[in-house]
Parts: sequence; C-alpha cells; structure tokens
Amino acid sequence: MLSVNMVAMAYLLASVLIIFALKGLASPETARRGNALGMLGMGVAALVTLQMDAVQNYAWIVAAIAVGGLFGGTVARKVPMTHMPQTVAFMHSLVGLAAVLIAVSAFIDPVSYGIANAEGGLYMASRIELFLGTFIGAITFTASLIAFGKLQGLLSGKPLVFGGQHLLNLVLGIAMLTAGVLFCSTASALPFMVMLGIALVLGVLLIVPIGGADMPVIVSMLNSYSGWAAAGIGFTLGNNMLIVAGALVGSSGAILSYIMCKAMNRSLINVLLGGFGGDAPAAGGTGAQAADRPVKSGAAEDAAFLISNARSVVIVPGYGLAVARAQHALKEMVDLLMEQGVDVKFAIHPVAGRMPGHMNVLLAEADVPYDIVFEMDEINSEFSDTDVALVIGANDVTNPAAKSDPASPIYGMPILEVAKAEHVIVIKRSLSPGYAGLDNDLFYMDRTMMLFSDAKQACESIKQALA
Amino acid sequence: MNTALHDSAHAVGQAVAGHAAHAAVDPFVFSFTVFVLAVIVGYHVVWTVTPALHTPLMSVTNAISSIIIVGALLAAGPVKMTLASVLGLIAVGLAAVNIFGGFMVTQRMLAMFKKRK
Repeated sequence: MLSVNMVAMAYLLASVLIIFALKGLASPETARRGNALGMLGMGVAALVTLQMDAVQNYAWIVAAIAVGGLFGGTVARKVPMTHMPQTVAFMHSLVGLAAVLIAVSAFIDPVSYGIANAEGGLYMASRIELFLGTFIGAITFTASLIAFGKLQGLLSGKPLVFGGQHLLNLVLGIAMLTAGVLFCSTASALPFMVMLGIALVLGVLLIVPIGGADMPVIVSMLNSYSGWAAAGIGFTLGNNMLIVAGALVGSSGAILSYIMCKAMNRSLINVLLGGFGGDAPAAGGTGAQAADRPVKSGAAEDAAFLISNARSVVIVPGYGLAVARAQHALKEMVDLLMEQGVDVKFAIHPVAGRMPGHMNVLLAEADVPYDIVFEMDEINSEFSDTDVALVIGANDVTNPAAKSDPASPIYGMPILEVAKAEHVIVIKRSLSPGYAGLDNDLFYMDRTMMLFSDAKQACESIKQALA
Repeated sequence: MNTALHDSAHAVGQAVAGHAAHAAVDPFVFSFTVFVLAVIVGYHVVWTVTPALHTPLMSVTNAISSIIIVGALLAAGPVKMTLASVLGLIAVGLAAVNIFGGFMVTQRMLAMFKKRK
C-alpha cells in the first residue's frame, strides 16, 4: 500500500502522460507514441487505485474489467470507419452512465468515500458536487444514446419538433434545478431521484429536435459533456486525477464544437434549438427553378479525358462518398492519375463527414497518403491555379452563394472555393438540393460538367477510361 | 486521499495567505484551482491538434474520460457486496469498455495514416 502522497504523485504522473497523449496528436508522426503514453497514464492511474486499501474486491473487479475490456476491444477491432460517429456517441453514453452509477453509489454510501460528516450525512460541498456530477452524467448518458440511435439509423435522423418544446425543456430544467436545490438543503433521497429522473428525460428531449447533419456538433458537445461529467465526479470524490482528465476532455470537446459551429457559420444555440435539416422547405421552390436551368452533363469518359489532360486536380470529397463506399475505387483512380504524372490533392471541409476529421480517417483507411490531403484553409488559395476540381458527394460546402449572395441562408459559411478552378466536375446522382435545401450555382456554371452517377460507379468508370 | 488533499490544501493555503498562516483553504477551492488550470492546459494543447486527427482525438478523449474508472474502483472496493458496491462494479465494467475500446480504436485509426511512398 502506497502512502497517500505517493498515490497523489502517481496520479500527477498519469495526468502528465495524458496531456502528452493529446499533445502527440499535433501530427500523425507523433500520434501513435502519444496514444501509447495515454495508455500508460491510464494504466498507472488504474493500478495505483487498485492497490489502495479501500479496494479489496479483486475477483469481481478483475471480472468486470475483463468483460468490459473484451467487449470494448472487440468493438474497436471490428467497427467500420464509417460507423465511428455512432461508436463514439455510444462510448460517451457509457461514460455518462458510469458517472451516474458512481454518484448514486456515493449517495448511498457516503462514508466509504470520505464525504460524510461525523453523523454519516453528506457535507454541503459534497451535496453540490454530487448534484452537478449526477445531472451532467445523466444528460450525457441519455443524450448520447439518442445521438447513437440517430447516427446508427435506429431512430429517424430527422429532427423531431413539436409545439412548446423549448418551453417544456425550460420547465423541466427549472424543475431539475429546484429538485437539486432541495437535495442540497435536505440531502434526502426523493429530490435526488427526482433530479436524476428529470436529467435523464432532459437528455432525450435536448437531442430529438436535432437533425442528422448537425451531428458533428452534437457528438463534439457530448464529448465535452463526458469530460465535465468525469470532472464532476472528481470534485465529488476530491480526486485530482479525475478533475484533470475530465477538464482536458471537456475543453477538447468544447473546442471541437466551436470549430464545427464555425465551419457551418451557426451558433451553438442555433444548433441546440434544433429543427434544422428537416424536410428542406426550400426544396419545392428551387426544385422547379432547377429544372429550367441549363446544365452541362457528361459521361465518365469525358471526365477521364479532362482529368488525365490536367496538370493539377483537386478532389473534394463529401459524405456522399462514404455513403456510396467509393473511397477505395477513388483511391485506385487517383493512383492511376498519379502514375500518369497528374498532381492530385484532396481538399477537406471541416464538416465533411459526420464527425470532426471523419473524412480524413475514411481517406486514410483507403490508403490515401495524408500528405496529399489538405484542410480548407490550406488549399483554398490553390483553386485558382487548379486545372480540374473534382467534387464527389459534396454540395453545400462548395456553394458559391455562401460568398456572393447575402440573401442565401448559408451566406457567410466558409466554403471550398471550387468555382475558381479552370474546370469543375461534379459527381452526383441528381440535381437534388443538399442538406441546407439550397440549389447550388456551381452546377450551372459554364465550366462545370455534371457526371450524374453513383460515386463508386463513377470512380470505377473513370478508372477504366483512364487505363 | 482525502487527508492528502486536506494536508496539501493546508500547505497551499499557508503559501498563498502567508500572513494568515493558520487559515486552511477549503478542499473545494483546492480542487477548483486544479480544475481551472487543467482547462487552460487542455485549451492550449487541443488547439495544436491537427484537424486531420480530430476523429482520433475524440476517440482518445473518450478513453481518457473513462479515467472515471478510478472512482468506480473505489465504489466497487469493499469485499462486502452492497447496492453501492454493485453499482460500482457495473461502472468499472462500463469504463473498461471505453478504456480498451477507446485506446484500441484510436491505435487502429492512427495506424492508417501513412505518408506518400
């Protein structure tokens, strides 16, 4: 048994290792070592806790870790990369549930956590901390479950809106706080359970009005919540290890939410109020308009001719690419082009995909080297020197109206400036509007060729024409 | 653990409020200090993460937030099984799913990122 000071020092070591784990992610070259440091930090923290006097029930604990670890490891090895968003959402819900269980356990048996006064009752500070840890954990748990259901397709991805929704949430929020205050002043079980119950319901209600395509923001936000939940439990238990790790995760998720919101030119409040990305009300009007506008369309052979004669090609992949499972076909096409001496680059919009950085992982999985994949800010200045921009399964993030038309709902959203390239090829199944329900002027430009096809089929046809 | 905190809180209190050498800082204030500093460290470290690795960042932070296993182990600690310790055991299992799942899936993703040959 290590002394309490030794334990605290070991936790400090683990905290530093975890900070370096995050720091490693600054570059793909250092990231793997960083991840190893993170595992080491987690191992140190767990082992040091296991040797404490308070922890004696080894057989059951080892069994719980083995069962959980086996399941987690199996998921980690099997899950397809397209399913990462729901996997992450699922894992957030587990953190939330674990936080709730620990909080309830601490409430039932405060003495063994050292948060009880001489009479065995909870300290006032501990009550407040328990309240915070419980409700953040509970909201994280159910909100992540709903997000998981939507991303996995178990629930409809469409926003569920009804009259008085925000009022209901407000009333429930106030009721939860009231129960929380009651719990803090009385430390009795009833207000604790009421508070917990309302928080669980609130988690569901907060996420149901949010549409599938806003999920990058929501998954990041829940990432943040899971961190705050861990920190909240850290406060309850007076444990710096939990506070440091929770705070790191909390700020990480908050930054990612901010980046996602900025990339969509929306505020977090606007996303949370929900209802966005429903039945695309603008589609009716613009649909009729679209039918009247002339479009140049071509075959895969025409596209192949254009890109094989280009010096430089920038490929703009969107989520449609992943939906069509076209990454590998695209990579084979790119290999052929590069063999023919064409300079090929990829341009990624921050909200391409269903979570931050999702498209980068999907391309990496298809063996696209990361040094030809560029972020929006890095590559936007290069489009004017690009011979062909090839847009696959992306729409709104290339819409020039975001820069030129102050009346457009997406005006101000940062876009990939594809329209500046000498030629544009858009691979898309039809002229249907994108997630924002808007027509895209890019499709009607003189220099644009539409290739109406499934992304995978188009890539394979272009590849055949190139060979 | 708690005594350690009280002791160190006392030390910090003495250092901060030198003239009031006997006034101890409340443990909450001590925890809160650590919390605020960790948020600031997190803020600065996470902005250095390359956007290309934001998905691995999320999966690894997922694993990291499962540090909550430390709390779960304390809850599951007593040999005598009570409702409190059974809840703790379940929490240990849930956190273990995330720790193994989170770090392993991160490792799997990071192994995919390769440079041009």
